[in-house]
Amino acid sequence: MNWETVIGLEVHVQLATKTKIFSAASTSFGAEPNTQACAIDLAMPGTLPVLNEQAVHYAVMFGLAIDAEIGQVSVFERKNYFYPDLPKGYQTTQLEKPIVGRGAVGIQLADGSTKSIRIHHAHLEEDAGKSVHEGDLPLGSSGVDLNRAGTPLIEIVSEPDMRSIEEAVAFAKKLHSIVTSIGICDGEMSQGSMRFDVNVSVRPMGSTELGTRTETKNLNSFKFMEEAIEKEVERQIDVIEDGGTIRQETRLYNGDTKVAKAMRSKEEANDYRYFPCPDLLPVIVSDDTIEALRRALPELPDARQARFVTQYALSLYDAGVLSSDASIASFFETVANSCGNPKLAANWAMGELSAALNNAGLGFADSPVSAEQLAEMIARIVDSSISGKMAKQVFEAMWQGEGNVDDIIDAKGLKQVSDSGALEKIVTDVLEANPAMVEDFVSSDENKRKKKLGGFMGQIMKVSKGQANPQQVNQILLQKLNELL
Amino acid sequence: MHNYTIAELVKGLQSKQFSSVELTQHFLARIRQFNDQYNAVITVTEDQALQVAQLADQRLATGSAPALCGVPLLHKDIFCTKGVRTSCGSKMLDNFIPPYNATVVENFEQTGAVMLGKTNMDEFAMGSSNETSFYGPVKNPWATDCVPGGSSGGSAAAVAGRLAPGATATDTGGSIRQPAALCGISGLKPTYGRVSRWGMIAFASSLDQAGPMARTAEDCALLLNCMASFDDKDSTCVDREVPDYSASLNKPVKGLRIGIPKEYFSEGLHPGTEAAVKKALTDLEAQGVELVEISLPNSDLSVPAYYVIAPAEASANLSRFDGVKYGYRCENPKDLQDMYCRTRSEGFGEEVQRRILIGTYCLSAGYYDAYYGKAQQVRQLIEQDFVKAFADVDLIVGPTCPSPAFKFGAKGDDPVAMYLEDIYTIATNLAGLPGMSVPCGMVEGKPVGLQIIGNYFDEARMLNLAHQFQQVTDWHTQAPEGIL
Amino acid sequence: MIIKREEIEKLATLSRISIDEKTITDVSERLSSVLNLVDQLQTANTDSVQSISRPFQVSQRLRADEITESNQRDAFQVIAPATDNGLFTVPKMID
Repeated sequence: MNWETVIGLEVHVQLATKTKIFSAASTSFGAEPNTQACAIDLAMPGTLPVLNEQAVHYAVMFGLAIDAEIGQVSVFERKNYFYPDLPKGYQTTQLEKPIVGRGAVGIQLADGSTKSIRIHHAHLEEDAGKSVHEGDLPLGSSGVDLNRAGTPLIEIVSEPDMRSIEEAVAFAKKLHSIVTSIGICDGEMSQGSMRFDVNVSVRPMGSTELGTRTETKNLNSFKFMEEAIEKEVERQIDVIEDGGTIRQETRLYNGDTKVAKAMRSKEEANDYRYFPCPDLLPVIVSDDTIEALRRALPELPDARQARFVTQYALSLYDAGVLSSDASIASFFETVANSCGNPKLAANWAMGELSAALNNAGLGFADSPVSAEQLAEMIARIVDSSISGKMAKQVFEAMWQGEGNVDDIIDAKGLKQVSDSGALEKIVTDVLEANPAMVEDFVSSDENKRKKKLGGFMGQIMKVSKGQANPQQVNQILLQKLNELL
Repeated sequence: MHNYTIAELVKGLQSKQFSSVELTQHFLARIRQFNDQYNAVITVTEDQALQVAQLADQRLATGSAPALCGVPLLHKDIFCTKGVRTSCGSKMLDNFIPPYNATVVENFEQTGAVMLGKTNMDEFAMGSSNETSFYGPVKNPWATDCVPGGSSGGSAAAVAGRLAPGATATDTGGSIRQPAALCGISGLKPTYGRVSRWGMIAFASSLDQAGPMARTAEDCALLLNCMASFDDKDSTCVDREVPDYSASLNKPVKGLRIGIPKEYFSEGLHPGTEAAVKKALTDLEAQGVELVEISLPNSDLSVPAYYVIAPAEASANLSRFDGVKYGYRCENPKDLQDMYCRTRSEGFGEEVQRRILIGTYCLSAGYYDAYYGKAQQVRQLIEQDFVKAFADVDLIVGPTCPSPAFKFGAKGDDPVAMYLEDIYTIATNLAGLPGMSVPCGMVEGKPVGLQIIGNYFDEARMLNLAHQFQQVTDWHTQAPEGIL
Repeated sequence: MIIKREEIEKLATLSRISIDEKTITDVSERLSSVLNLVDQLQTANTDSVQSISRPFQVSQRLRADEITESNQRDAFQVIAPATDNGLFTVPKMID
C-alpha cells in the first residue's frame, strides 16, 4: 500500500533579547552555571514577573512577518508541572489568547513549486533551565543550571499541512530564514536557539482522515529533525502493516546515537491545569505599536529573493539561497556591490566561502575573509589580474590570514601575465622548442587538432609558471598555429 | 511608653522626649517578658534593631527625620527580610534566610523605622485562628485560651499585647481584619494594587494585599503612608499617587452616606456582636452620617468562590517549594519523585496540603469550568454588587466577623466551620476593595470589630470615618488585663 | 459529594504530596466537605457576566530590555539544600 505522511511542527524560537522575559537577568549563552539566574528566575519566594517589552515586540514582528492576526489582548497562563529545571513548578505561557493568531508561511519545493503552510498560532513563553547529567557530579545526582530559565521564546504551531520530510525541512528552514531576517532570533541552532517538536502520522494515500500521531520532542537541528521524521514514518508504516495500531505518544530522538524511543507513559501522564497567571495583567498591543513595528520590519526573505533576481540578475535558486539568511544576504550584497560582478559574488559566496565556513563551523557573520576582501579578490579576477584558479590560492591565503589580496598576489607571485608582447614571446619560444609537436599538430585531421591544443597550453603554463592569461594565450596560440597550416 | 500610640511616639521622638534606642529597648524587653504568653513573635532581631535605632536617633538629631523614623515595628513573617529568617509560619521555610527585602520592608527601612522582629502567622497565611503555624498557635491577649484570629494573628496579638505599637500584616480573605477584630485593634486592608506585593510570599496572588495593624485608625494612616507606594517590580501594583492619609482624618463625617448590607446581619451573627455593631451604627448616626440599608445579593457566594480561587492560585504558587533551590528538603530521598513528595508532605502542614489538593482539583481537566471558571464569574457578580452599592453610598459598614474569639480547637475537625469565619471579609478581597476593622465593643470580655468597606482607593475616607468614630468611643484605648 | 479514593491519589500525584494510607479517609472526608461548600457556586446564575474588568484595571506594564541583575549565585546557593560546582543538585533525573 502507498502511504502518505502528515507532519505538523511546533517550533520553539529563542528571542534575541538582552534580558529574560520576566526578569532583568542576561540571556547570553555559555555563562558559568547559575550566574545568570536572578531571584525571579530562581522563583525565590515573593518574587514577581515583569514583562520584557522587547520580547512582546519581537513576537508581534513575527506575526507581521507571516501576515498573521496579532492578538491585541493576549493573556499569560500558568502550565503546572514539576521538574527540577522548572523553578516555579509552572511555566508561564499563553494558551487561550496567544499574541500571534492565524497566519501562513510559503515554502519553495525542489521542483520549483510553492506551497503555503498554515500557522495555527504563535505564543510567548519562558524557557526552562537545563538539567545536567554528565560530568563531575555526586553519585546518583543530576545538576540543574537555571541560566536559561526565563529566556523568552515564541512557540510557533503549524497546522498538519506538510506531506513529506522535504516539506517539513523546507518549512523549518523558512522559519529560520524569517526569524533571522527580521532579527528576532540569532538562529544559532547549536546553542538551542531553535528547537523543533514534530507531529507525525501516516495514512493510506487518498485517505482524508488523519492517522494517530506521535510527537517527537526537542530536535535541535534540521538534520536530526529529518532523521527523526524518517525513522518515525518507517516505524509507523511497519507497525500498521504488521497489523498493529499507533499509540498517541511522546517520543524522543537522540541525534548522536540515532535511537528513537517513546517516553514512559508515566512521565507523560499529566494534567497541566492551565489558568490565567494572576501576577500578570492582559498584554495590550496598540494599533500604533503594531504600525510602528510594521514600518520598521526588515526585508523579509521572499521580498529579498525577488529583489536579488531583478537587481542582481541571479537565478531564482541562487537568489533563494543567498536571501535565506540575513547575514548571508548582507555579506553577498556587500561583495556584489563592491566588486561590481554579482554573478561571481554569488558563485564565491555559495561555493568556496560557504564550504570553508561549513567546514569550520562558522556563520557568515564570523567569516575570517571579510566581504570587502572577497570583493577585492573578485575585482582582480574581473580585471584579469588573476585567473579563477589563482583566485582559489589567494582565497586560501586570505582565509589563513596572510593579508590583503594584492599583497598575497605579490607575495606568491601570482600576477597573471596579460601583456600580449610577453605572451607572444612565450608562445613563439614554446613552438620553437617543440617542433615535433608542431609537426604532429599540422599533420592531424582538423577535428583532432583541437585536442592537441592542450599539450601546447600545458607547456606554456609551465614556462610561465601558471601566470599566463589563459584566454589570451589561447588566442595567440591558435593564431600562430593557423599561420603554419 | 508602650501605651503611647504611634502618633504620640512620633511626637515624643521628634521632640527628643525619648530616644529610639530607649523605645526599642523598652519594646524588646516587653517581648522578652510577655511573648511566652502570646507566642506572637517568632524571630526577635535585637542587635539589628538597636543598631537601626541608633542610626534613627542620629537622623532624628538633625531635626529632619521622616515621621516613622525611630518607631519600632514588627513585620509579619510573610515579608522577606534580608538576612533575617522568613518562615511564612512553615517548616518548609524554617531555614530560609532571604537575600532581599520585600518592598514593604524596604519602605519602612528607608523611613528609619526599627524592625523588632517577625510575627507568627498561620502557615502560608492559610487559616483564621493562627492554629496552623509550624511555630505553634498564637494566644489572644484578651483571653489566652482563645485564638487571636488569623492569619495575621501574631501581628494582631503583638499590637494588642503592646509588644509593638504597630505591625505589618496581609489579608487574602480577612487575615488583617478578622484578627484585628478578635484582638481589639485597628487594621486596614488596602485596595488591591495599593501596596506592593514584591517580596511578600504569595498565597493567592489576585487576592493578597498587605496593610497595617495598630491600635488606632490614626496610626494605621501613618503606617499606610509608608507602606503604600508604586513599585514597578509588581505588575499588579497600581501607578497612582499616594495621598497623605493623615491629612483627611479630621474631615467632618456629617452627611456621609453609609450603606448597611442587610446580608451581613443574617443568621450566624452572634447576638452580642450584632448588638455591639448596631450600637456603633447609632454612634455614627449621632455624628451626622446617614445610614442606608443596601443589599449585596451575592454575599452567600463569596465563601464558595473564594475557596475555589484562593486554593487554585495557591496550588500553583506553592509549587516552587520543591526542595531544589531553597527551604526544606527531606532526608535521604530515594529518587526525584520521593524527594518532591516527602519534601512537600513533611514541609507543609495539613491545612496547606488540603488547600493545595483542593486547588489542584478545581483546576484539573474536567472540573475547570465548573469550579474555577464558575468561581471567576461569581467573582464578577460580587464585584458588580459593590459597584452598584457604591453608586449610592460613600462607605459600607457592618460586622467584621460573625462572633468574638473562639477557643482553641473549637473549629477543629470540619474545615468549613473555620472558613465561614471570613464570611463578611472575603467579598472585599474578591472585589479588590479596601476594608478595615476597628474595635466597637466587647462581648464576654472579648473585643468586637466594626468593618468599614470603601470604594476603590478610598482608604482616606475609611480612615476618616474610623478616626472620627474613635474620637467619640474608647474601645480602641482598652487593653487586656495586666497590660496597662 | 464524596471524593473518590482514586481521585485523591491522582491529586496527590499531581501536586507531589504523599498521603499516608492511615489518613486517606480523613483527607477524603474533609476535601468532600469543602467541595460541598464550593458546590453552592452551581446555583449562581452567571449568564449576564462579562469578562473580568475592574474599574481601575490597566494593562500589563512593560519593562525596558536592559540588564540590571548581576551574578548573585553565591548569595542564592548558600541557602540551597544541595549544590555542586555552581549547579543545584537533585536525585538523578531519569533520562
